[in-house]
Amino acid sequence: MSFTQLLDRYADFDFDGFWQSRTDAHVRRCLAKPSLAPLDFLTLLSPAAGDHLETMAQKARSLTIQHFGRTIQLYIPLYISNYCNSECIYCGFNRRHTITRRKLTLDEIDIEARKIAQTGMRHVLVLTGEAPKVTPIDYLVAAVEILKRYFTSISIEIFPMETDEYAQLQKAGVDGITIYQEVYDPEVYAQVHLAGRKTDYRFRIEAPARGAEAGFRWVNIGALLGLADPRKEAFRTGLHAHYLTHRYLETEISISMPRINPAEGGYQPDFLLDDRTFVQILTAFRLFLPRAGIPISTRERAVFRDRLMHLGATRLSAGSRTDVGGYTDLEGSHCQQFEISDERSVAEMAAAIKSGGLQPVYKDWELF
Amino acid sequence: MGADKLTLGGREFTSRLFTGTGKFADKAMIPEMLAASGSEMITVALRRVDAEAGADNILKYIPPAVTLLPNTSGARTADEAVRIARIARAAGCGDFIKIEVITDQKYLMPDNWETLQATETLAAEGFVVLPYVMPDLTLAKRLEDAGAAAVMPLGSPIGSNQGLKTRDIIALLIECCRVPVVVDAGIGRPSHAADAMEMGADAVLVNTAIATAQDPQAMGKAFAMAVKAGRMAYLAQMGEVKATAEASSPLTGFLH
Repeated sequence: MSFTQLLDRYADFDFDGFWQSRTDAHVRRCLAKPSLAPLDFLTLLSPAAGDHLETMAQKARSLTIQHFGRTIQLYIPLYISNYCNSECIYCGFNRRHTITRRKLTLDEIDIEARKIAQTGMRHVLVLTGEAPKVTPIDYLVAAVEILKRYFTSISIEIFPMETDEYAQLQKAGVDGITIYQEVYDPEVYAQVHLAGRKTDYRFRIEAPARGAEAGFRWVNIGALLGLADPRKEAFRTGLHAHYLTHRYLETEISISMPRINPAEGGYQPDFLLDDRTFVQILTAFRLFLPRAGIPISTRERAVFRDRLMHLGATRLSAGSRTDVGGYTDLEGSHCQQFEISDERSVAEMAAAIKSGGLQPVYKDWELF
Repeated sequence: MGADKLTLGGREFTSRLFTGTGKFADKAMIPEMLAASGSEMITVALRRVDAEAGADNILKYIPPAVTLLPNTSGARTADEAVRIARIARAAGCGDFIKIEVITDQKYLMPDNWETLQATETLAAEGFVVLPYVMPDLTLAKRLEDAGAAAVMPLGSPIGSNQGLKTRDIIALLIECCRVPVVVDAGIGRPSHAADAMEMGADAVLVNTAIATAQDPQAMGKAFAMAVKAGRMAYLAQMGEVKATAEASSPLTGFLH
């Protein structure tokens, strides 16, 4: 069964009715279970579970320490192109935006990589817009060849691909992929993705499974929280991660929870996700999927991230730039994909992790 | 008791508590824990070793007197494990290698088949091979034949702190193996470690329970004491467990 088929089973599910029927007793029963089924997870996303947030937080912290230790993995994004054929109304790289379009040359990638590597970062996440003709596989493979000189782990956050294309990148040395569905609600998906290949909901939603089949070690998924009801989106994301975890035992599945920040074009999200609900979702993810990695990007504020590292987060980015060529101020940079809320350097982030009683881990893999 | 030493790979170990380097809040806690626990062998994931990290390189935190046991964490095939082992040796980490091949990211169960293949290759290359396995007597004998220096059956899933869920099979391994049996993974409390040692395990490897404790130094010491107590009890030969009571002063004692 594909994930689309699984998700279809919930197409007519009355989420609001289910949540209204959840009581303290339901929540307490879930919190006492050693492992959770999807409906238990849904219970922990209910307003009723909001009254048990401290218990959820304590359990989330303890599970995270048990499985990941008292550590936080560090990573850094590297945008190599912002060309994009898509028209995603929330994104700074939307093809309708008249920003400076830039694609790094291989020499420029080398320059940026060298600069980033000086910070001690060993895990890099490479990003592009969705323009396969501008950034074809050959270009990506050549980029990976350069990055291998500076980093021990390379992952990508680009456009969805076919399995054989993913396999080429995996063979070239890419460890993992990040691919967000952005929004699982199909109606909202159609409303916010107006043009380009990205309008194909199904091609995108099955991309994480194709990535796992292609042999990536890590597959990271997520929904852009704010486009649709965040609790429902969180449930579908968790369900997706749960499906992938059981279907692809060899692959480490992780979950991001990007919350919409202002981007170029001034998009205002329909749903505002407050910090308390954000933490409820984060801790519910941890309780449902104890071994799932949870990266938190610099979309979130420094003061908030310092708290999240004790509530289930396992990976933090630092010193991030979301513009192409931003690390070395290359000409034409400064068009961000989204606004950064935590501007701390790698060293400052590492110090914050240490002062939180955790070990910053720079290297947790290499191409053996 | 003074001469009760464990020999592995031509080296003698007084402590039968092996430890690990993962999951500590601060790498500086590692030498402190080693000093407090007296552990003489520590495992380190090569994936975490960064030769370019200078003073922050995890290997710098391990005193020279402690035997380094690099592990192949992250390997999903025998080939990957073999490559990691060779890199470890070339990087100066010595001849000891703990083979860890895991293809299941949910429960982190070791892949016994790939592990056996890697053991055959690496033992032939002169490594001191300690394979981490799901307890299985037939496999354990094959590992011995392949040249493994020990077998390391799991007590329960890595990091689960559940104790010896596989104890009956581990007992068979202890009974039948020529090489030392080191119980690895799942040991969450000192009493679990003592339990394994009372059963006759030659050593235990504990990481999560020590590294994630609020006070790893004290927990390391607690485990060391439990391992010693369990070993001493094993050597002293405990009485059998019976279903019925047996009087301390039997009525027919005068007939002797």
